[in-house]
Amino acid sequence: MIARTSASTLTAVVLGLLAFAIFGPIANMLLWAVAEAWYFPHKLPVEWGFSFWERVFRPQGNAMESLVNSVLIALATVVASLAIAIPAGLALGRGNLPWRSFFLLLFLLPQAFPSVAVHMNIAHIFYKLGLNGTYAGVMLVHTIQGLVFAVWIATAAFAAVDRELEEAARNMGATAFQAFRTVTLPLALPGILASAIFVFLISLDEFTGTFFVGVPDITTMPLLLFTASMEGNYQIASITALILLVPSVAFMLVIEKFLRADVLAKVGT
Amino acid sequence: MRPFSRRPRHHPVPAGTAATKTIRPAASRDTHAHLRSLLLIAPALVTVGLLFLYPLGYSLVWAFRDETAGGWSFANFIKAYDFYSLDMLFTVVIVTLATLFIGVLSIAIGGYLTLGENRVAVAALRWLYRWPLFIPFVVAGQLMRTFLAKNGMMNNMLVGSGVLDPLSTTSFLDWRGIVITFVWKQTPFAALLVAGAMASLDRSTMEAARNLGAGRVRVLLEIVVPQVATTLMVALILSYVVMMSVLSVPLMINAQTPTMLTVDMAWRINSYGDYPVANALGFISYAMTAVIAWIYLRQGIREGGKPA
Repeated sequence: MIARTSASTLTAVVLGLLAFAIFGPIANMLLWAVAEAWYFPHKLPVEWGFSFWERVFRPQGNAMESLVNSVLIALATVVASLAIAIPAGLALGRGNLPWRSFFLLLFLLPQAFPSVAVHMNIAHIFYKLGLNGTYAGVMLVHTIQGLVFAVWIATAAFAAVDRELEEAARNMGATAFQAFRTVTLPLALPGILASAIFVFLISLDEFTGTFFVGVPDITTMPLLLFTASMEGNYQIASITALILLVPSVAFMLVIEKFLRADVLAKVGT
Repeated sequence: MRPFSRRPRHHPVPAGTAATKTIRPAASRDTHAHLRSLLLIAPALVTVGLLFLYPLGYSLVWAFRDETAGGWSFANFIKAYDFYSLDMLFTVVIVTLATLFIGVLSIAIGGYLTLGENRVAVAALRWLYRWPLFIPFVVAGQLMRTFLAKNGMMNNMLVGSGVLDPLSTTSFLDWRGIVITFVWKQTPFAALLVAGAMASLDRSTMEAARNLGAGRVRVLLEIVVPQVATTLMVALILSYVVMMSVLSVPLMINAQTPTMLTVDMAWRINSYGDYPVANALGFISYAMTAVIAWIYLRQGIREGGKPA
């Protein structure tokens, strides 16, 4: 009895420490987001308020511009990635593809290389093409990252659709495209939707590619956060961090409703 | 683990269905299907070719080309080594250390979720551990910049609880900060994969061992972990490559020397436009991941091509 009580006390202490390790940094950011002034040796902000929020959300400010940039680029990236990934996922998950292993390798490859070296060379190539500092350039560099995941998820989603349902539709006289549109696609739709949200998040959060390709004209939320933080403006940095944190945490909480566990386990990072 | 079908590729056709419809000879039907699949995958191949393979090849050419003397040489590597050998060591140590911590923590979390007997604690842990899963690295960097600072919340708590006295607090914004940030951000991912693999194991061997008197730690290490070794390895390899690629965290936590190679690459480019040395550093970072990435790719092919 005593052993059991001390064991559950230990469990509670370990869980408490874990909770502090996970939520401590988030709480510290939340405090900074509503601090007007906070300096040593005070353990809590000296003045509280929302004047920095007003600065961030001022319509003509940098922050609003970055927010609009981030959302527009992310939407364009989703459209581009899915337009390419859905047919590829169909071919890899369903189709009768020669050299399938080779293609699988090709779509795993970008995950196996540290990306900074690739991104700086994309920036060099884009510079010569006049794509640096343009929406199209940033969207393209986000697309290559989103594409790999979108292909993985779409492949898994199409592979999970029961082939016999398609064959039943074909036997009732449906054309290949009709069977795809009315049977395969609706069944794979939850996976496709999940990959759309995932690509949106990848693009919204992307830092390295934008760091090299976006300069000097395109600032997204992660770059605004980075610049504010390096300038020591912790209020702006923390408010920006909070704006980026909300969709990430929301996605984490709802992901199981979109993805079946077996599909989720197949997603890389 | 893999995003690919575990189903047989040539699914048996149910008796009495397709057989009556086959009019064209099988060979021509196959070629037709091949061609259609290749057309479907073509845009993705072109994109990967132009936006990944081409810049990758470009970086290899830059790394080995001698700008001053012309031709090919190791000159860029010698320069990179002279300037940044300490950072190379620093990078390997930080990423390896973080990978080890992630491995231990994800086994502990997955193990408690699988073998834990206190239902409330298991539910609490399941709810708790995943929070940082999709938080971007740049946000994690900012959170830690405030949390780990000399006057940050961590030191305040340690002082408040009497563990430290106020004069002996130090900032953790150095190599330790980078390791902590990496572990904080990347453990949920590894733990999610590991816990998923553990949950799908057959419980009868675990229960048999428990009934024979084996402790939970022993069951975890001797029965559960060996069965999820592949998943654990893939999770750790992916985490290792991701950490080798992150630019924002080392820039925000510790950009003074010694720092990580990603910071050095960005510095060579933004301050000097020095593509040759930056690409030599890039090649070195490829080499640091090449061995383990090869294991990962081979695993991917084996599972992706496996019919059952």
